[in-house]
Amino acid sequence: MVSIELNRAYVDFPIFDAKSRSLKKRVLGKVGGRIGTEAKVPVIEALQDITLSLSEGDRVGLVGHNGAGKSTLLRLLAGIYEPTRGTSRIEGKVAPVFDLGVGMDPEISGYENIIIRGLFLGMSRRQMEKRVDDIAEFTELGDYLQMPLRTYSTGMRVRLALGVVTSIDPEILLLDEGIGAVDAAFLNKARDRLVDLVRRSGLLVFASHQDDLLLELCTSAVWMDEGHLKMQGPLREVITAYKGNDPFENISGETAERLGVR
Amino acid sequence: MAPRRSWARAIADIRDGLRDRELWSHLAWQDIKQRYRRSVLGPLWITLSMGVTAIGLGLLYSQLFGAEIGTFLPYLTVGFIVWNFVIGCMTEGAETFIHNEGLIKHLPAPLSVYALRTVYRLTIMFAHNLIVYAFIVVIFFGDLSQPYQIIEAQPGDFEWWHPGLSWSALLAIPAFVMLVVNGAWVTLLFGIVSTRFRDIPQLIAALSSLLFFMTPIVWSADILYQKFGNVAGWRALVTDLNPLYHFVELLRAPMIGNQQSWTHWVVVGLITVVGWSLTLLALRNYRSRVSYWV
Repeated sequence: MVSIELNRAYVDFPIFDAKSRSLKKRVLGKVGGRIGTEAKVPVIEALQDITLSLSEGDRVGLVGHNGAGKSTLLRLLAGIYEPTRGTSRIEGKVAPVFDLGVGMDPEISGYENIIIRGLFLGMSRRQMEKRVDDIAEFTELGDYLQMPLRTYSTGMRVRLALGVVTSIDPEILLLDEGIGAVDAAFLNKARDRLVDLVRRSGLLVFASHQDDLLLELCTSAVWMDEGHLKMQGPLREVITAYKGNDPFENISGETAERLGVR
Repeated sequence: MAPRRSWARAIADIRDGLRDRELWSHLAWQDIKQRYRRSVLGPLWITLSMGVTAIGLGLLYSQLFGAEIGTFLPYLTVGFIVWNFVIGCMTEGAETFIHNEGLIKHLPAPLSVYALRTVYRLTIMFAHNLIVYAFIVVIFFGDLSQPYQIIEAQPGDFEWWHPGLSWSALLAIPAFVMLVVNGAWVTLLFGIVSTRFRDIPQLIAALSSLLFFMTPIVWSADILYQKFGNVAGWRALVTDLNPLYHFVELLRAPMIGNQQSWTHWVVVGLITVVGWSLTLLALRNYRSRVSYWV
């Protein structure tokens, strides 16, 4: 059963300034006792008291201002950060698509990057080799896959990353805002695949500032504000509360029809 | 799922890491290919640079010490090859997690994957250097296969003879396994500590050349025995009390048919047990902190 349970989870980042990150203080500081608060490393409480329960079939949009903790929350959901206080329980195969510049080696070919990403997501080399043709076709990158990744545009990188995660049948798909960089035509294609994927078996969490993308991909939403979970509920309600106006007001008739509203 | 700080999670990290063999071996090969990208000889440069160093230093130092080149050059070369692996585990091990910051923050994976990537990369380098070793054994087989002295004793000195290459060279295989097993804990432990305290990699780098000259590699420990017998107190500092000496000697001695004391096996065995215990403790307590620290 695919699920994510966060119970009163906190993520506190220690901020080591140049001095406290070295041994100097530990070693030299033995003489003369502790000076005020210097012995303590300042902490940024990036996420505070998050209780969240997601289960199979959920397609959750993540909204909030810059620095509200969306990306940190995604990393907590991916299991990259384990809560400093509270607990997290993640059941299922996680496939994150975060910052697209990182986790991909710019010097090696797109093909090699596909293999490495697949290996990281728990696939074997042979399984990935079988999927390469499918990924090449879906991403429309074709022969470009032989080129080093540094020659790719941002949109092309997003295509590659989406191609990989959608080809390996992940159970928990976590997308950060970067995927907005692709063009509309590809997005249509990707949307069908993503929705399909979540229907089959899974769970999607998607952080974005773009209402239209959220409306296309998600059904419910979580609103993050200053590290707190401010609101959680159906997508329309949360976005209305967050933005102050109904997101369905200004979408085109065609989109509305596809989404099944009105 | 077991709590964050538990032995179960620490052991699971290592178990899952070992299971991802395809991943770390692929990453390690990628590192090697990357380093020699677009060069014509590619990774053969590893072999070539070792070969050049071995011949150059072998010629120079055998003259300086008045030693037979046929036995001194193999001694020095093999010492170099083994040293590169041992010191690599320390210097590159300390930077394992720091270098993999991007991957650690973006993809969930056991920490041991990155440690194994480093150790496997060093193993690949070691394998490339073995080509030099093979050449040297073929060229100097005549000198190496009979009893010899690395440094010829002067009249009045204690004579220190080595038995020469024999089937005991096969001991090199378990010896290398021991080096890898220790390399793994060194990489994990040094990696975790260095991620938190960024002075550690600098400290290790600063010490590495001193350690190189202190450890018998370009010179032979035999000189100490010949000149001072068992009386020199400071001898213990560079040999018996120097853990790196035991590691180097463990593998070097069988490879060139030197006399090997079982002491090295006992010391390395003890270090393995103590090192892994400390590493498991560090992994239990700080495994989940590494992604916060990088």
